[in-house]
Amino acid sequence: MSDLSTRSPAQGAPPTPRPAEDIAPTKELTQTQLVLRRFGRHRLAVGSLVVFLLICAFAFLGPLVWKYGVEIVPGAPSSSPPSAAHPFGTDQAGHDVLGQVIRGTQQSLKIALLVALMATTIGSIWGAVAGYYRGWPDAIMMRFVDVLLTLPIIAVAIALSVNIQGGSTWFGLALVLSLLAWMGISRIVRGVVLSLREQEFIEAARALGASDARIILRHLLPNALGPIIVAATITIAVAILAETALSFIGFGVKTPDTSLGLLITSAQSAVFTRPWLFYFPGVFIILTVLSINFIGDGLRDAFDPRQTLVRR
Amino acid sequence: MLAYTVRRLLAAIPILLAASFIVYILVAISGDPLEPLRLRNPPVPEETIRLREQMLYLDRSIFERYWLWLTGIGGNGDVGLLQGKFGPSVFPSRDIGEELLSRSWVTFRLVFAAMILAVLLAIVAGVLSAVKQYSRIDYTFTFFGFLALSIPLFWFAILLKNAGVKINEIMGSQVFFTIGEASPDTRGFTTWERITDIAGHMILPTLSLMLLNYAAWSRYLRGSMLEVLNSDYVRLARAKGLRQRQVMTRHALRTALIPLTTQTAIDIGGIIGGAVITETVFQWRGLGRLLLESVTQRDVFAVTGWLLLAGSFVIIFNLIADLLYAVLDPRIRYE
Repeated sequence: MSDLSTRSPAQGAPPTPRPAEDIAPTKELTQTQLVLRRFGRHRLAVGSLVVFLLICAFAFLGPLVWKYGVEIVPGAPSSSPPSAAHPFGTDQAGHDVLGQVIRGTQQSLKIALLVALMATTIGSIWGAVAGYYRGWPDAIMMRFVDVLLTLPIIAVAIALSVNIQGGSTWFGLALVLSLLAWMGISRIVRGVVLSLREQEFIEAARALGASDARIILRHLLPNALGPIIVAATITIAVAILAETALSFIGFGVKTPDTSLGLLITSAQSAVFTRPWLFYFPGVFIILTVLSINFIGDGLRDAFDPRQTLVRR
Repeated sequence: MLAYTVRRLLAAIPILLAASFIVYILVAISGDPLEPLRLRNPPVPEETIRLREQMLYLDRSIFERYWLWLTGIGGNGDVGLLQGKFGPSVFPSRDIGEELLSRSWVTFRLVFAAMILAVLLAIVAGVLSAVKQYSRIDYTFTFFGFLALSIPLFWFAILLKNAGVKINEIMGSQVFFTIGEASPDTRGFTTWERITDIAGHMILPTLSLMLLNYAAWSRYLRGSMLEVLNSDYVRLARAKGLRQRQVMTRHALRTALIPLTTQTAIDIGGIIGGAVITETVFQWRGLGRLLLESVTQRDVFAVTGWLLLAGSFVIIFNLIADLLYAVLDPRIRYE
């Protein structure tokens, strides 16, 4: 600590000695328990997790509870502001906005979760293989990553999603986005694996005759799990923003299905006249991404072995 | 330094070639540009389709086409990147190279403005947050940083655009330009009027485009600034009795900026992608619209050229960042 004025009280105060009986029964904790415990201390992250789970419930259980879907509701008033019958209002054609937002959130989450899963899998394996073998496989694989990283993701996704077979379905869109989102993860995993592979337990595994595949899958990747989970979480947020942006400019989810991005497209000119059309989908995107970002932040801290009780 | 620059530029060539190959193949196999023509009702005569196919070189295999696109050997003289030709467009009167060039200026001025603004604001926010760690200022910046990281660019752009329109209505005059990259008719404008016109049209799009990166970079700078402020040499600088301002700018900020340089270079591709979205909202005739048009019309040559241009820009920008790195960090010397 160099500057008295920036010193926070938590750091300045000497640690208060704890009574002996408080420390005495030391319990063994697994790595997972430690991480969960540290995550639990991060109040904002835990709160965000609750919010995120609520949004998931809203998106996936909502259709079971709420009577309207994405179809035009017969007899619904056109462009009515939020009311008891239509809590999020209706649009010009008589769609129930709540039903649409439920469906849109569901689409966005489905796509984003799938993208995170696929991109993390590809990226982890790619990075682990490159880092484990080093030498020319590493050189070739990471150059390939460099090449892909020179291309703006959104632009390539636009170029691919319109044409690729099934690009307009949510699965095709998720596929395109995953193919463009794994490079960052592979770099992270490679970095971790490069340092892990020099450690004794890998040497021990090799001495025991473990195959390369076993070393990578059973020893390297589980030990790189922390950074991988953090990266996967952030990928969900990035994927939601990318998917909604693509749907917004008409290269993602298309009508008659809907997505949060698509809903905002049709609300572009209604920001002041019919604000409910614009704000409800927007707020759901922001809330989802914000909660995921906070969860990612909490996970990053929880996986950080340097993390202590004292806030740094 | 010069030798290093040249070497890096040479090393960029295979990367760009590989990128163009991947992109070309992906775009070419993903759709048939003549499909709308084939499906037209009443049917278009076979002969016309065949002629169009020949014009667009669709009668050749995909690898042949890539080779043709690259070298132009065996083409009709309108193709061959190495000869400076980007190939025939689906739009008969369109010269892809010219189109890319004229629109680059429109888009890249937006990209640069957003980047510079984001860096400047990120420095202010990051430094203040780090110096006053855990203060109200820090928490405020942190909160808005996280919020800005979560706001979709297009949503924020629409919000700004509509706010601009509203302000114009209230003021009864054109305070903000909300449509286009410049006034449609600039004849009779003096040079100065033209510059202010362009700058005026840039305000709202730049603000939208810079938001995400401002947030990311200010978080980033806060982190590296905190690390530097806790280092021994900053303590020494203080112990020597240097003024706070001097410690901050000469000793702390300069070091903290080094990792940020790399980060900006990494994020530049994302900003270009964001520019496509921003241009859509503000209806600019820039590279963004060119890409969307070309993709919709399945104009393979145009899309490949577009992505190659963006890729080159990213690579050149990374090179500049690496050179800047050497300027900021005296320990690094490229030999």
